[in-house]
Amino acid sequence: MSWETVIGLEVHAQLATESKIFSGAPTRYGAAPNTQACLVDLGYPGVLPVLNRGAVVMAVKFGLAVGAAIAPRSVFARKNYFYPDLPKGYQISQYELPIVTGGSLEIVTEDGEVRRIGLTRAHLEEDAGKSVHEGFERLTGIDLNRAGTPLLEIVSEPELRSAKEAAAYMKAMHTLVRYLGICDGNMQEGSFRCDANVSVRRTGDEKLGTRTELKNLNSFRFLERAINFEVERQIEVLEDGGAVVQETRLYDAQRDETRPMRTKEEANDYRYFPDPDLLPVQIDRTLIETVRKTLPELPDAKRRRLGEQYSVKPDDAVVLAGAPALADYFEAVAAASGSDGQTVANWVLGELSAALNRDGLDIAESRIGPAGLAQLLDRIADGTLSGKLAKQVFEAMWAGEGDADAVIEAKGLKQITDSGEIQRIVEDVLAANPEQVEQFRGGKTKVIGFLVGQVMKATKGKANPGEVNRLLKAALDGD
Amino acid sequence: MHELSLAAIRRALEAGEFTAVELVEALLERIAAHDGTLNSFITVTGDDALAAAAESDRRRGAGEARPLEGLPVAHKDIFCTAGVRTSCGSRMLDNFVSPYDATVVERLKAAGVIMLGKTNMDEFAMGSSNETSWYGPVANPWDTARSPGGSSGGSAAAVAARLVPAATGTDTGGSIRQPAALTGITGLKPTYGRVSRWGMIAFASSLDQAGTLTRSAEDAALLLGAMAGFDPRDSTSVDEPVPDYVAGLDQPLEGLTIGLARQFFDEGLEAANEAALRAAIGELEGLGASVREIDLPNIGLSVPTYYVVAPAECSSNLSRFDGVRFGYRAEDPKDLLDLYCRSRAEGFGAEVKRRIMTGTYVLSAGYYDAYYLKAQKVRQLISEDFRRAFADVDLIAGPTTPTPAFELGAKTDDPITMYLNDIYTIGANLAGLPCLSVPCGFSGGLPVGLQLIGPAFGEERLLACAHQYQRATDWHRRAPAHYE
Repeated sequence: MSWETVIGLEVHAQLATESKIFSGAPTRYGAAPNTQACLVDLGYPGVLPVLNRGAVVMAVKFGLAVGAAIAPRSVFARKNYFYPDLPKGYQISQYELPIVTGGSLEIVTEDGEVRRIGLTRAHLEEDAGKSVHEGFERLTGIDLNRAGTPLLEIVSEPELRSAKEAAAYMKAMHTLVRYLGICDGNMQEGSFRCDANVSVRRTGDEKLGTRTELKNLNSFRFLERAINFEVERQIEVLEDGGAVVQETRLYDAQRDETRPMRTKEEANDYRYFPDPDLLPVQIDRTLIETVRKTLPELPDAKRRRLGEQYSVKPDDAVVLAGAPALADYFEAVAAASGSDGQTVANWVLGELSAALNRDGLDIAESRIGPAGLAQLLDRIADGTLSGKLAKQVFEAMWAGEGDADAVIEAKGLKQITDSGEIQRIVEDVLAANPEQVEQFRGGKTKVIGFLVGQVMKATKGKANPGEVNRLLKAALDGD
Repeated sequence: MHELSLAAIRRALEAGEFTAVELVEALLERIAAHDGTLNSFITVTGDDALAAAAESDRRRGAGEARPLEGLPVAHKDIFCTAGVRTSCGSRMLDNFVSPYDATVVERLKAAGVIMLGKTNMDEFAMGSSNETSWYGPVANPWDTARSPGGSSGGSAAAVAARLVPAATGTDTGGSIRQPAALTGITGLKPTYGRVSRWGMIAFASSLDQAGTLTRSAEDAALLLGAMAGFDPRDSTSVDEPVPDYVAGLDQPLEGLTIGLARQFFDEGLEAANEAALRAAIGELEGLGASVREIDLPNIGLSVPTYYVVAPAECSSNLSRFDGVRFGYRAEDPKDLLDLYCRSRAEGFGAEVKRRIMTGTYVLSAGYYDAYYLKAQKVRQLISEDFRRAFADVDLIAGPTTPTPAFELGAKTDDPITMYLNDIYTIGANLAGLPCLSVPCGFSGGLPVGLQLIGPAFGEERLLACAHQYQRATDWHRRAPAHYE
């Protein structure tokens, strides 16, 4: 009997506001401990929270981007629990009435199929501080710089069916929040992290299996590996006649396994109730329409348009849509050049991306502009350059030796297309390699590769490969 | 000098009859002489007060006097005061020196007010007798064997004993009005949101409101004008213009309709208190007000509603006192849980713990709907009762307390009886309405209070009515023996 995997993700995106969600302290990462926490963040006696409108606007922007309902009235609630890095003894979050409800996000599966994943809700909340264990003996340090940083918690429906789909969803969400400019997406710094709810059930079963929650996954690869491990573990437990325990587990990347969190799961009762220090968040039509006007073309729309307008393969369209600046570059090249869209995509995602990576450059710092690449691609299209020569020209251009035509001229890299000239070289090569000619005629036709190579060598790679093949075949078959 | 009201002091300072330094010196001497008996102060800030007085005199001399220049006031120890211990009447904050000023403190200071010290109070404002304070009970200057009421008991006793002309207080369920009534002074609780809560240590956030304890409605008007107004640091403060309350005091009572809620004249109200109250109402009628009976059908549910909502909020508000960042920390904790449990067990007193436990219970899964949510619904009903009443009347009059001051220790073993002392005051907190208590007579030599309740932001009318009453009567001028 086969098993079906059911996954729902909770993504925590740190909102890119200048100041915290309920105080004026800055949100910059990496400052000395407790230097970016004001009295409000420290939970001092008598202090009060004041909502940062910027965080509300960002949540609205997100809601509109995923086609969700924006609540005209949402309410902040207190989630009560004791922890040293939670200064007030409660976290201000949204519970019964979140700011964003519903909506969906498209993902492209491995086989190029587009799936729409439903979202349950997205709500605003404050982040907690950090407990620091390194450098303290028998004590724990508390750094409250992060306390009060605005988070948007985005909860998906349990509609993801594999670790790969979950990773695709996380990537699509990552792309979206950066498109919207509401999150810097920096996963190393924890600006974008995710919890996964994972369960398995017999294929065909209606009822969901018992789930476990995998906490704090901060890379696409870890998410995929953690889920894969967890799915196998759960299936093994069930096939051995056991039962999955509902619990929170942590993924250990070093051992590539998930483990129950050290503390035994207690029945947590957070005693949520509306925060009496904050008024309900009221959002009117005007604000929604103002925010709507600031929305850029969204990743799903861009991906679809690149596919339709330029006939780019689905997986290439996903990559391009995931990197808006690269997509802009791609579109500029495609507009300036006569080459087909897929060829342009191959070069942008191939040679160009490799060169950028090699030199650690951003697309904005590319040593070859869109017009320069367009000219190079046109020289392939018009037969001046073979693909192989074009790569040489590209490297020269990258090294700053001038534009495509200048490099071709200076290095004499123009492809030899003159049949008469190629014919002469073919004859010379056949005369110099009688043994291989004999083998070919004896039925070992693969040897033609060697002969092509000899011709290319003699022409320093400049001969048009199609022409070389044609003339060699004609000469070998004819005699 | 100590017998003067704020308004009289202001005139005397302006006329140069005495200096702020002379005044502060006289009051500090008085505090030193009497507070050993009364215990109304937790901290006296004598040196700072004298320095501020000298600066105040300099300003006046330079023609730079501010609106309340040189007026001495004491702050309830629930208001954060920069550089001065802010204990909230609790061992938990005995070592807490606030790094900042509450808005109330900041605004009064900016208007020229001089702080003499921080007054005693029930721990975290939880109590009606000032007996839950870590610093010991406060004595009522009318009879030192009796309680001055609470939680602003220190402020009330200090003003009644003429140690200070005025003090700030906070009122969550009656904590300004009840002690004002029991000590024969004027206590004002403004509309919820009228005065900023920034820097006022929270008990029950949706009910807490700062106000004044003074010797007259005129003095209350003087202070409220400086304290009130929108504060961007408090989301629940309301952006509503602040009228000139002093200028509004002269409105006559002709044409004013006062409602008497049937439910306030119940069997719990002692006969002598009722007699004083009836006489006061007669006086108001004599001044031109008309009186009619009204109904507040759900007001009887105030006390149980309050004792769900207030503990619920306090159980969460007091979670920050965990021994981690400030305040009391238990010695040599074994581990984190031990640090939490012992710091809180040793730092909080019994009444605070009782309310934290009650609040934790009513918010717990499975009980939330039956208690907290139900209480919120009843709270709506009570607000509706008042809203309907104010369609027909301008103000509502009633008793502030069922009895005069009770003996210290008389109710400490029975929290429910203690809670019932606030039966007439809690409704206005649940509905967020402005209200005040003025002295209106005596019962067995102890002061009795008349409570007036107004519609939201109706402080002006409320103060004018109290002022007109005080022009016609002299209950508010009576001082306790030995404290004249």
